[in-house]
Amino acid sequence: MGGLDGLRREARIRWEKRVNGGIPVIYFGTASCGRAAGALESMQAAREVLSVLNVEAEIVEVGCIGPCYLEPLMDVALPGRPRVSYGNVTPEKARRILTACLRDGDLLPRQSKGHFGGDDFSEQTGIGRFFDQPMLKPQVRVILKNCGMIDPQDFDAALAEGAYLGFERALTLGGEGIIAELKEAGLRGRGGAGFPTWKKWQLTQQASGETKYIVCNADEGDPGAFMNRSLLESDPHGVLEGMLIGGLAVGAEEGVVYTRAEYPLAVERLKNAIGQMRAACLLGKDILGSGFNFDIRIREGAGAFVCGEETALIASLEGRRGTPRPRPPFPADRGYHGRPTLINNTETFGTVPAILREGGAWYRQFGTPSNPGTKTFSLVGKARFTGLIEIPLGMTLRRVVEEIGGGARKPVRAVQTGGPLGGCLPASRLDTPITYETMRDMESIMGSGGLIVMDEDTCMVDMARYFIDFARNESCGNCTPCRNGTRILFDTLERITLGDGEAQDLEVLERAALTMAKSSLCGLGQAAANPVLSSLHHFRDEYETHISDHYCPPAVCTELFEYIIIRDRCTGCGLCRSVCPADAITGGQREAHVLDIGKCVKCKACVRVCNHDAIIGVPVGSRAQALADGEAA
Amino acid sequence: MGVDITESMVDEFVAAGFLGNPDELIPLLQWTQKKEGFISKGGAVKIARFLEISEAQVYAVASFYTQFRFDKPGDNHVRVCLGTACHVQGGSELSQEAQVVLNISPRETTPDGRFDLDEVACLGCCAQAAVVEINGRIFAKMSREKLRKALDNYGRS
Repeated sequence: MGGLDGLRREARIRWEKRVNGGIPVIYFGTASCGRAAGALESMQAAREVLSVLNVEAEIVEVGCIGPCYLEPLMDVALPGRPRVSYGNVTPEKARRILTACLRDGDLLPRQSKGHFGGDDFSEQTGIGRFFDQPMLKPQVRVILKNCGMIDPQDFDAALAEGAYLGFERALTLGGEGIIAELKEAGLRGRGGAGFPTWKKWQLTQQASGETKYIVCNADEGDPGAFMNRSLLESDPHGVLEGMLIGGLAVGAEEGVVYTRAEYPLAVERLKNAIGQMRAACLLGKDILGSGFNFDIRIREGAGAFVCGEETALIASLEGRRGTPRPRPPFPADRGYHGRPTLINNTETFGTVPAILREGGAWYRQFGTPSNPGTKTFSLVGKARFTGLIEIPLGMTLRRVVEEIGGGARKPVRAVQTGGPLGGCLPASRLDTPITYETMRDMESIMGSGGLIVMDEDTCMVDMARYFIDFARNESCGNCTPCRNGTRILFDTLERITLGDGEAQDLEVLERAALTMAKSSLCGLGQAAANPVLSSLHHFRDEYETHISDHYCPPAVCTELFEYIIIRDRCTGCGLCRSVCPADAITGGQREAHVLDIGKCVKCKACVRVCNHDAIIGVPVGSRAQALADGEAA
Repeated sequence: MGVDITESMVDEFVAAGFLGNPDELIPLLQWTQKKEGFISKGGAVKIARFLEISEAQVYAVASFYTQFRFDKPGDNHVRVCLGTACHVQGGSELSQEAQVVLNISPRETTPDGRFDLDEVACLGCCAQAAVVEINGRIFAKMSREKLRKALDNYGRS
């Protein structure tokens, strides 16, 4: 067998020379989210500083390391010293930091977010370790091990950090051995349903047929979730290696990555990585002299959420409308072109190499006995620290929200899990450990891993309306319960948020939701009502306030509140007046301002800029009373 | 039909590496849209001929997927993200603002052909919410005001 030892040895030397070659190294996180925050502009500024200072330095683009709220992130490693990280690096800040580091040798410890070296460096410089930050310390990085650490475009970096070691071991184990290792690990499908991965692989392996396929589901359609995008952009080889191992285990010779067209950078990095694999004989005929043939191609989705469902995805691959079909037969028996097809989520494939490399027993040390291992989540919404996180399953929501997420500025009301088909768990349930089963028992789902923190400014009825609107738009229309159910739910919720709700509406919602859950054809329709059911269950009083009092306490539903400025809180700073597009706010310098509801268009511009929470929503028509109260107090 | 299909038009598909099997319908639509900006009548006919299927079959598939447009797009593409994280941070207000400022609805193009507007489910930059994408560039942490300024910079008159 050819083996990769020689190639890997050379790759290590080249990568080591690149990041430890006696000149300073500057790292930029340039995944999509870093770019959105301006990483490319900051990187350009860094290049300019280097030429002004006349310093030679290596610039390395890395992927997403997780704390998106710190984007753009820049790290500086002076020769012989570890990487030191800086957050929210605007071009101006990049110039300042680089000038201090490179010209004066001053690492600006107070501005640093941490370093990647040992304890002695902490003592020398007073800079803490990057991974000791509150957001990162409770995390375990298995899938994200290389994300933000390596240059995702540099094959040397991936090889040096252990890419394809798992595949090489898999070659020695053979199909049965690989599946046994996955069984030992206890990995469950990370697309959200939690079906044991080894079983899916075994079913596909045992299915009869010469031609079999591997499909990687990277159609990450959940709004609010970006785990797969980050992984594909930051460590594409991690996912491709998993597919390669899958092909070997089930006896497939062709793999397809089905990814969203909205992820152009992920597609670009995948293409680049596939080219590197081909050049290294990791794709094609007789891979590494083992007799195993495999190839991978990319297919871009065309914007249909339902294509995340496996049978719909396969229909789309075949050039048809992406409508699901009843199962069985499962894709393991009859999938792409009617052949046995192993279809797994991106993260599932991304976990496989570590299991093969380190062993199933090693993987099982994380998580709980029934939910082993780690899972990535995108933690967003009103949390202070937002970003991509990886935690052992079984960790409580409270730890995720309060420790990793750093809580929210205002009290947390609810956490939405599982994307648009998941549910809202109230703050009182934060002590729930995160597992497939606990999420299901609480009328939510694990889903692919979106976690959205909501505070008291979030209206639960509006959120339910938003999610149902999404499901209604994305329902393929194939089965009646989903097509009509989403319509009934949306129309009813829309009426409630407009102030036209009626007493019997809640029962209508419940009946339609249960019908959908019981009789829809695919996962979309079965779960689409979860946001309604869970919010009705946990926040029923909020629905009732909307219907009977025509009032939206969080001041979201535009027809159901009006704004006032609380005299005692207003400092007369004038910020609100300056941003009001309707000239509805008046008041002199340092005097309490007044809002004219006749002119107010409820655009919320003033609420967003007020630093004193002085502008609040009150029930329509109650303004006189509230003003009087304010003056009396 | 009034659409002239010459051999050379289909040759383009062959030159781009397409083989003519039905699997390729969506990639062909994507390729055509990338080249022409939208799926024109002529584009659809061409694909139908190439794959030896009916035009109705081409439209049946194309209309299922939100990516495909059937009208000529504007010079500048504005896409407002309505993902969950952006919704919580006011994404729908940004869409309203864009609609007012450009005076068009989503999936429309301004009469002068300078801007088109789309609402998208999620651009995957949730931690930077609310985001708007203009001509492929992502604008993070947007407000009504910042959006108006950005549109001005792209030559809104």
